[in-house]
Amino acid sequence: MAEVSPNQGEEPAPSRRRLLAAAAAFAGVAIAPGVTLVEVARAARPGEPVTSKVRWGLLIDANLCQEGCQECVLACNRENGLEGGTRPVDVQWIRKVELKERATGRTLGLPVMCQHCANPPCVDVCPTKASFKRADGIVLVDRHTCIGCRYCMLACPYKARSMVHEPITQQKPEVPRGKGCVESCTLCVHRIDRGERNTACAEACPTKAILFGDLNDPESEISRRIASLPTKELRADLRLDLGVRYTGL
Amino acid sequence: MPRALWLLALAAAFVAAPAARAEPGRVPLPVLEVDRTTTCVAPPEVMRRQHARMLERRKDLTVRHGVRGGKEALTSCIECHADRQTGAAVATPQAFCQACHDYVAVRLNCFECHQGRPGALRSGAIEPGTLSRWLR
Amino acid sequence: MASVLALPADGERAFWIRLAAGLAVLAAGLGSAWMIFRAGHIATNMNNEIVWGTPHVFAIFLIVAASGVLNVASMASVFGQLHYKPWARLSGLLCIAMLAGGLMVLMLDLGRPDRVVVAATHINLTSVFAWNVFLYTGMFALAALYLWMQMEKRMNRYARPVGIAAFVWRFVLTTGTGCIFAFLVARQAYASAVLPPLFIAMSLAWGMAVFVLVQAACGGAGEDLQRRMRNLLGILIALVLYLTAVYHLTNLYFARQTEFVRFILLDGGVYPLLFWGGYVLAGSLVPMWLVWRQGAGMGSLRAAAALTVVGAFAALYVFILGGQAFPLDIFPGFDETSSFRDGAIAGYVPSLLEVLLGLGGVAAAYLITLVGIQVLDFLPGEADGSPAAR
Repeated sequence: MAEVSPNQGEEPAPSRRRLLAAAAAFAGVAIAPGVTLVEVARAARPGEPVTSKVRWGLLIDANLCQEGCQECVLACNRENGLEGGTRPVDVQWIRKVELKERATGRTLGLPVMCQHCANPPCVDVCPTKASFKRADGIVLVDRHTCIGCRYCMLACPYKARSMVHEPITQQKPEVPRGKGCVESCTLCVHRIDRGERNTACAEACPTKAILFGDLNDPESEISRRIASLPTKELRADLRLDLGVRYTGL
Repeated sequence: MPRALWLLALAAAFVAAPAARAEPGRVPLPVLEVDRTTTCVAPPEVMRRQHARMLERRKDLTVRHGVRGGKEALTSCIECHADRQTGAAVATPQAFCQACHDYVAVRLNCFECHQGRPGALRSGAIEPGTLSRWLR
Repeated sequence: MASVLALPADGERAFWIRLAAGLAVLAAGLGSAWMIFRAGHIATNMNNEIVWGTPHVFAIFLIVAASGVLNVASMASVFGQLHYKPWARLSGLLCIAMLAGGLMVLMLDLGRPDRVVVAATHINLTSVFAWNVFLYTGMFALAALYLWMQMEKRMNRYARPVGIAAFVWRFVLTTGTGCIFAFLVARQAYASAVLPPLFIAMSLAWGMAVFVLVQAACGGAGEDLQRRMRNLLGILIALVLYLTAVYHLTNLYFARQTEFVRFILLDGGVYPLLFWGGYVLAGSLVPMWLVWRQGAGMGSLRAAAALTVVGAFAALYVFILGGQAFPLDIFPGFDETSSFRDGAIAGYVPSLLEVLLGLGGVAAAYLITLVGIQVLDFLPGEADGSPAAR
């Protein structure tokens, strides 16, 4: 036996309809600014998974890089708890390279670190997927899976990777690292994920030669500079689509 | 035939040797000092069984997807569970993680890479205790 | 002359002495691996420039030769060269033994050898190393299956199809080994399409050389077979020499590769020395002369095989170490210096622990062979026909 409801078969009362329309209009007005705000806040907030809406990168101006200055290297060592040694077995995530052009004798210097390629050879050759590219473009090593085969070290065109050759104990809590695993510059991923949108090296550079930013955002300073200045990728012939660009080279 | 038997005996002795070294008698239950005024992410009964799985899931979230901080972070665990005297979660056989892991003989190598002491780096050497302990 | 291996007819004492010797070398190798595991790779002379050292030279030799040594069985089953048939089982055993030895060295040289299970369960399909997990386990399985087909009478008719499968698998496996290096786009020493065929040729030559030496320790071959093997060894050595020449010649034509070729062939110190003296002269030209000269006999064949193995180690040392010693060309047109030794040629000498680890792999292969021929019928026997047919 069907139940009989008092309003069965009738339309909602006119006043209810108006209320619903007004509510819908109010909701639309309330949401609209949020829609545009979502466009602006592209990067994931701390505690949220990262997305490919952003692509983090660096722009390095070789003209501003001072000869003999090692501030970026020291800052990286401090930030990541690196031992700072320069023996052949010591780990270096960033190093200052002094260049001399053979044809002209011109000298310049610049820091070199992991170039965070979009087509990373290290990711291709890693047997366990420990070397991986995150959604936001940062190339990292998952040390839980790294077996220390060093194949990625051979594959990297930029000599960016180092293996930890001895037991270490003074790791920073945000930067776990250990013997037998391979590692390289993380673009200060622990800072980025916390919401601090700058790397230690960029922050420490006294001449602001290193600029960190979102390559996917055309309004960011790094994108505007790359669009207006002539920039180069190292070993551009390899077509790896790098996240690190150089100018003044 | 006898030669094959000798080879088999040799292989068996090689395999059995570690077990033969073990001492008889029960291993004492671990005694843990935990600060009961704060709460962990889950009750102790749940944590005892599930913490490995929870850590594994959290590891993927952090390493592959960049989710850091909060109560589930490993650094938060260490902040709470670090031993009050030595300041670390694994420095001594009585330390929080080490005590139970020694009891159930599950190798603990997290702290070969992860920092077992809370907060910023402290001075003073700490032996890479986990690995050498496993070797004994 | 006492044989390196102990045959069943030699008596018990001979076997136990050789077993003890093999176990001693294996123990030294495992001990080295343990020390490297405890202390980290700082205990070796490998570093962030020379990431693969002497253990890899041994391991790659063993793995490449393992693939090639099975060719003796393939020639019998697949290509119908019945002269090789009595020796096919031994070649199968050697394949398994050397593959095991080589893989043991590779796995023990990992930065985290305790994570081999991780390597087997996390697979990245674009990585040749990950393919190798399947290719090597498949090779073991196929070689074992092949042996079964040959050793059990009623299964003999399946020996040919399984032999063909093993043959194809070997080619894929050795191509993979060559591709490990061929896929390294940025290194001047590697990144060449001629590497996979070069590795195939090397596997055939080195496998044949190892087989000749083991066969000599197991009583040797008859006149007819010897003649064939002399000829075949010569052809295979020439093939490797040809492909090596092609590799260097094509490199010379690339202006950006010229400095590297100069380094390897001319002014790189130990590397040109080992290449010309160790590989070309001692490892290729002299063996070819030995096998093809007038009056060449059993002694010539064995000497040629031994020299081929020496040349193989020299070639691999130059290829693996020399290729890493030469710096990456990150800034073409510039001279580079840095704290990370950019632009500098990396120095390397083998350390004792590395050599012991490599020898431990050889010992593992030796022990498997030594015990194998005692326990099962790997050597030619009455069933294989009269000695004249061997």
